[in-house]
Amino acid sequence: MGQTLAEKLLSAKVGRTVEAGELVVCPVDVCMAHDGNRPLVTDVFVRLGAERVFDPERIKFVFDHAPSSHIPLAAQVQRDMCTFAREQGIEVIEVGEGICHQVLPERGHVVPGDVVVGTDSHTTTLGAFHAFATGVGSTDLAVVMKTGRIWLKVPSSVRVILRGRLRAGVYAKDVALALLRALTANGATYKALEFDGPALAHLGVGERMTLANLAMEMGAKAALFPCDAVLTEWLRQRPTRRPWQVFTPDPDARYDRVVELDLDQLEPLVAAPHRPDNVHPLKAYAGLPVQVAIIGTCVNGRYEDLREAARILRGRRVAKGVRLYVTPASREVYRRCLAEGVIADLMEAGAVIGVPGCSGCTAASGFGLPAPGERVISSGNRNFKGRLGTPEAEVFLASPAAVATAALTGCITDPRTVLREEAMAR
Amino acid sequence: MRARGRAWVFGDDINTDYIISAARKQSVRDLSEAARYLMEDVRPGFGSLVRPGDLIVAGQNFGCGSSREAAPVVIKLAGVAGVVAASFARIFYRNAINVGLPLLEAAPEGIADGDEVEVDFAAGTVRNLTRGGVIHGRPLPAFMRRILMAGGLVEYFTRHGQYPDPMVEGEETP
Repeated sequence: MGQTLAEKLLSAKVGRTVEAGELVVCPVDVCMAHDGNRPLVTDVFVRLGAERVFDPERIKFVFDHAPSSHIPLAAQVQRDMCTFAREQGIEVIEVGEGICHQVLPERGHVVPGDVVVGTDSHTTTLGAFHAFATGVGSTDLAVVMKTGRIWLKVPSSVRVILRGRLRAGVYAKDVALALLRALTANGATYKALEFDGPALAHLGVGERMTLANLAMEMGAKAALFPCDAVLTEWLRQRPTRRPWQVFTPDPDARYDRVVELDLDQLEPLVAAPHRPDNVHPLKAYAGLPVQVAIIGTCVNGRYEDLREAARILRGRRVAKGVRLYVTPASREVYRRCLAEGVIADLMEAGAVIGVPGCSGCTAASGFGLPAPGERVISSGNRNFKGRLGTPEAEVFLASPAAVATAALTGCITDPRTVLREEAMAR
Repeated sequence: MRARGRAWVFGDDINTDYIISAARKQSVRDLSEAARYLMEDVRPGFGSLVRPGDLIVAGQNFGCGSSREAAPVVIKLAGVAGVVAASFARIFYRNAINVGLPLLEAAPEGIADGDEVEVDFAAGTVRNLTRGGVIHGRPLPAFMRRILMAGGLVEYFTRHGQYPDPMVEGEETP
């Protein structure tokens, strides 16, 4: 019987042939803890009676959930994690450096073939790097910090075949929303999504990160992309710190389900309140006023995302009565956006620029919170009721270009209308 | 591994923000303080209504959303004896086992708010004592039961110094 990509990768790690459904104790290559979770992972580590971590090189602490340490407890938690990290020799990626899923690969901490666990549910994002990456809680992570291993059920897989090419004004976020509509919020629960198909040749690493990130909203345990020329080229330009391993699924591998999407056929989409899988064509909501617009978070705070937003807003002003909040996903993204004038364009248009980190994703980040009764359009990944601090706000999810367009017009608007004007003016 | 108590019935897709919001979780370090905010956005006042020994009963995809372990911890700290749901989101599911909150995957048909139910987590059954009838669910694998019986993964590790062997079928003595 052939193996899926997930089965092959985990078999290599565990050291014997494993198949979907089996429970295994699996070695971990990288583990990441951020400042957002309670109980705090370091507190659980102490409760374990553990003294030393298994390998400080393979553990990273990232301060991204409270990127501006906006309340005394957030500052205290970060300070305590710093103290622990210093004692153990663990690298701390400090406030302002960016979101975990962005910073780890930028710095070469994740390589193809890795098993990665992180205390963030969207750790699936790292599947763009051909890693089996999954989110866990504090207790799991504390035990991994002690032993270097984790208990896992080997997931079965859903194969996602992408064909065609995205048209202007349609983005990876729309592909992810289309997949969410097809699979629903629990269509991939306990499963790995394995992406494949001719469209991958046209999907950059950043776009793959968007897809792997949103896979979590379908319930997925991991989202795996192949290690192809696009990824290899990306890695060649970074400091990759370890040798990597490439896996290919067998042609006769067994999948739970196969989903095919033709990117040519996609149009701009939105997730309407209060569920990420409540997906509809954007035009169904065109004209609906918004008061808060958020571009950033671990889904869509990359250079390409901010560049698209700036393209729409350049030389124009955000509509009166709308607040536009923008956050680069990392310092590296911020620097590039500064150098290329993207930040200047956004600021001139009236955007508020936030500290790189999770800003604008939950109320706990202390950035971009709506007032009760306001309507938000965000490039984030969750629109749960109350997530931004008040249950009386509505949150729509869309691509960064759609968010920028809404900020410009004051209501939900097809980004292609503005992009068309911009193309004609050029 | 049995519990008997009042059922509180919730629908599908109860996410971790509903269980305990990001803002509440972030602003307290000692989670026993957060227990009174349990489910505040979907059922205001729930934290003060729920009594020790009660059970949460829900539909599909219970615990979807964040990796926050605070969600099962706060349910446990509120005194809830366990959760029965048609399905669970995976991080919540493993977090619950790791922190010692009993779970049962079973379609909770016919159970209404306030019904007295008896759940046998090891056998995978829910008996409705108010209306009669038994629901059969999927009992937890032995590996997970051993962690649960020990009280959670920290307790298991402090006792055994390692994970249970997934290849060995066995029960933990409570």
